[in-house]
Amino acid sequence: MFEAAVIKMIGMGILETLYMVFVSSAIAYLIGLPLGIILVITDKNGIHPMVAINKTLGFVVNIVRSVPFIILLITILPFTRLVVGTTYGANATVVPLIVSAAPFIARMVEASIKEVPEGVIEAAKAMGASTFQIIWKVLIPEAMPSLITGSAIAITTILGYSAMSGFVGGGGLGDIAIRYGYHRYQTDIMLVTVVILVIIVQLIQDIGLKLALKKDKRIS
Amino acid sequence: MDGREVIVKIRDLDKTYYSKYGKTHALKDINLDIYKGEIFGIIGLSGAGKSTLVRCINFLELPTKGEVIFDGLSLSSLTEKELRKARTSMGMIFQQFNLLAQRNALDNVCFPLEIAGVSRAKARERALELLELVGIADKAKSYPSQLSGGQQQRVAIARALATNPKILLCDEATSALDPNTTSSILELLRDINQKLGITIIIITHQMSVIERLCQRVAIIDKSYIAELGKVTDVFTNPQSEIAKELILSHGIKDISFTNERGRKLRIVFDGRSTYEPIISNIVLEAKAPVNILYADTRNIDGKAVGEMVIQLPEDELLSSNIIAYLKQININFMEVEENV
Ligand SMILES: Nc1ncnc2c1ncn2[C@@H]1O[C@H](COP(=O)(O)OP(=O)(O)OP(=O)(O)O)[C@@H](O)[C@H]1O
Ligand SMILES: [Mg+2]
Repeated sequence: MFEAAVIKMIGMGILETLYMVFVSSAIAYLIGLPLGIILVITDKNGIHPMVAINKTLGFVVNIVRSVPFIILLITILPFTRLVVGTTYGANATVVPLIVSAAPFIARMVEASIKEVPEGVIEAAKAMGASTFQIIWKVLIPEAMPSLITGSAIAITTILGYSAMSGFVGGGGLGDIAIRYGYHRYQTDIMLVTVVILVIIVQLIQDIGLKLALKKDKRIS
Repeated sequence: MDGREVIVKIRDLDKTYYSKYGKTHALKDINLDIYKGEIFGIIGLSGAGKSTLVRCINFLELPTKGEVIFDGLSLSSLTEKELRKARTSMGMIFQQFNLLAQRNALDNVCFPLEIAGVSRAKARERALELLELVGIADKAKSYPSQLSGGQQQRVAIARALATNPKILLCDEATSALDPNTTSSILELLRDINQKLGITIIIITHQMSVIERLCQRVAIIDKSYIAELGKVTDVFTNPQSEIAKELILSHGIKDISFTNERGRKLRIVFDGRSTYEPIISNIVLEAKAPVNILYADTRNIDGKAVGEMVIQLPEDELLSSNIIAYLKQININFMEVEENV
């Protein structure tokens, strides 16, 4: 029902979207995971209390999280240009996606790790584990199912943000939907891209939940 | 006890918690020597400071004042690293077991060995040995969620023993278990104490646990040690109010034994029953005090042999409680008329 060019364009859009989401999720996790762990352990009841650092980081995270993505994207355009040399296309979208998702991920990671029972951490301490060993051998593995579920949520949120960036020519499926559906009134193309987005979200969500369930040894 | 080597020495220990609601003096003036190889009990009501005390022994909680000397080392003089090393010589088990939910039994026991830098192969070998020792080698691949409470506590015990500790700290280790499982875990602890010579410090609010396992006991009441001594002494002749309350239960403190007309029972220990502190059991189970008029018993190879004459309290209900209890545990006894 579509001509070859349109199909090719949608195919490219899918790849571009996956590229943006994958790269920005990976980098956002590289920042958000340690940040979340630091938020937990430096808490005044954490295993390595550092209240000043905890308060400062918490404040910065909250500020960035309260800025709506589309505003953040525009606000940091100069920074984006500085980093990737352009403000258009997939690479330019990756930058604000990371900035916006990292604090969000940090909070998700924090919540997951806080689920690890106090007593288990105490037992590890009693066995002579260092702070680093507790993080690496207790907190992360014990929180893994919850971290995986969280990552599915984080990735689908990033996918949603990436579609928004279509408004400023950010590339990917969102870009196509806005260009054809909003500017040219080609509703059919817009619908197809939306359906594809929905399918991708479903897939990520399903895979995440299945992985988490499979990993979790608490359910026998 | 004289001349025995001290493994844990606690001197003038205070612990105060500060919070925005004010101060809590959890422990005050604690002085305690725990001897190598003994099973030492700490008992007290909820909030008395038992957990705080045991957590001060391995410095999970830092004392506000005073000293803890473990195996000759003053813990407050140690660096972080030295303290972590010292902790590998102190095993600990908990009411909630605190196993790693995402690791199977074997890997849970491997955990402290990994922490200590033992190679994977060696750790697994040792872990299997320990699971064997605690009697659940067949559950090595099971995850905590697939194990009963008693089995989880066995894994926790194996884990606590992995690094060859000198002492084992038990904070309410049987409080989450049913009576049968409690018995089997207590047996296991006694076994470990005897076979491996590990000093065990047991915290509990159950008198029966102390009575069945410990040689000495400290009773903690409102942050202070109210009474300290051999279990047999404390049980048969409690001095402090709190000890009387814990042992005799509430309210029956002033029953007179001077009454000549009280019924007397001759209890015969014919060696069939394993040795049990019958009298303190009577006190605990029947919730009634008794007077020992005459006793000639010997503990021969773990069996009680001999006889004992006890005077029952005047109160009919209490007396019948005691008689019912003696029948229940299948002890030979008869009522005696003559004065002993
Ligand atoms: N981290 C803490 N911060 C403030 N107060 C505490 C803390 N831990 C314990 N306390 C207080 O110290 C006192 C002693 O507590 P502890 O846990 O040692 O009692 P316990 O004898 O073990 O009681 P239980 O039998 O209920 O376990 C209590 O009043 C308790 O509220
Ligand atoms: Mg306690």
